[in-house]
Amino acid sequence: MIYDALAWLADVSNWVGDAGIWMRLVQHLAVTMAVVMVSAVIAMPIGIAIGHTGRARALVTLSSGAARALPTLGLLTLFGLALGIGLTAPFLALVVLAIPPLLAGAYSGVESADPATVDAAYAIGMTSMQVLRHVELPAGFPIMLGGLRTTVLQVASTATLAAYTADFGLGRFLFSGLKTNRYEVMIGGALLVVALTLVLDVALAALQCVATREKRVNGDGAVSGQ
Amino acid sequence: MIEFENVNKTYDDGTEAVRDFSLRAESRETTVLVGTSGSGKTTVLRMVNRMVEPTAGRVLWDGRDVATMDAVRLRRSIGYVLQEGGLFPHWTVLRNIATVPLLENTPKDEAMRRAAELLTLVGLDASLGERYPSQLSGGQRQRVGVARALANNPLVLLMDEPFGALDPLVRRDLQREVVRIREALGTTIIMVTHDMHEALMLGHKVVVMATGGRIVQEGSPEQILSSPADDFVAGLLDASGMMAFVNGDRA
Repeated sequence: MIYDALAWLADVSNWVGDAGIWMRLVQHLAVTMAVVMVSAVIAMPIGIAIGHTGRARALVTLSSGAARALPTLGLLTLFGLALGIGLTAPFLALVVLAIPPLLAGAYSGVESADPATVDAAYAIGMTSMQVLRHVELPAGFPIMLGGLRTTVLQVASTATLAAYTADFGLGRFLFSGLKTNRYEVMIGGALLVVALTLVLDVALAALQCVATREKRVNGDGAVSGQ
Repeated sequence: MIEFENVNKTYDDGTEAVRDFSLRAESRETTVLVGTSGSGKTTVLRMVNRMVEPTAGRVLWDGRDVATMDAVRLRRSIGYVLQEGGLFPHWTVLRNIATVPLLENTPKDEAMRRAAELLTLVGLDASLGERYPSQLSGGQRQRVGVARALANNPLVLLMDEPFGALDPLVRRDLQREVVRIREALGTTIIMVTHDMHEALMLGHKVVVMATGGRIVQEGSPEQILSSPADDFVAGLLDASGMMAFVNGDRA
């Protein structure tokens, strides 16, 4: 079975064309990026505002708790019933899924700035926005990147569900393979999702690593001498 | 001149940090608030740059109520030095020192040149300018903190336990440095410390405070040494090893 899946993956003719693997990969990546971007536009300002002001902290816990309780497939079915066949329903469902981890990352990033440094920033005459820009955002950048990483992984793996209501993304191989009893296509599609997710994770991990090291060398006292 | 007029600070939970505190800190002099923790000395200090707003009473700077001034402008015109420097970890030493001038839209090269001058003024080698705070010793960080506070030529300098975390030798060096800078620049300094020795060494006026911002004794170092007001003051002197210098009959 695995051999059949690998054979399917190895067949160049499966990679080309409008319904080929390349096209599906590109679609999958595109929907992942679009979802993350839209969610970030919504979640980042709110998370940053909560971390900066310390107000409405409960919103963060509430949203991540609610997100954990929400079954994405159920949500998708609900949106699908309301909006019909197409990309809109899975897109919305994925945005709902992506907002909580981005919100949590933005919030805890800003929150992680050293209170003494923040106090000093105000005391020497920075405005609230300047404190955010010069102190809190730089301090919180690695954590925010961590939130982004979690979110991208979740969305990239769950975006398979987009094929539930639309002819879109790598999920197509799973759904059509199931329908036509072609398990080598299903397994091949699943392997592709896993591979894509791993590649994204490694790339974002590397980015996070660079950001954290930058911060440590320039920041938190790893090279401290007395 | 900074004047405190019957200031109170009561927090929302009913804690009274400072009650009916009045004091006058003369221009071009160093006024030191000394006391145990919980005496409200830091609270009082932070009222000057409106990091704490009094619940009652006024703080006047040359006769003007600071509550009527714009908080950001006020803070940029007052130098503020705190324990451990409070430096920005992701900026170089020079960038840290230039913070306030750059916030005030001073051209970058001019702000950086001034920062380099200040680095020398506080006794640091110019080569440290490109380092990050984590690459400095505690004493060097504190000097950078002083340089940053002086960057905008403030008439008033607030110092909150600036040397508390330093070892005695470094501390003495920096204390001398502060005296030298004040004499050179004519800055009015208000300093908070729990170290009586430091208070007597640096203060023109020493204000001994007890719980709730109560002033136990106020006077020149000579007055405090020659006649400690009560056992509390004598205890503070004793704890700092200054009792040997007391010549009043309490000794």
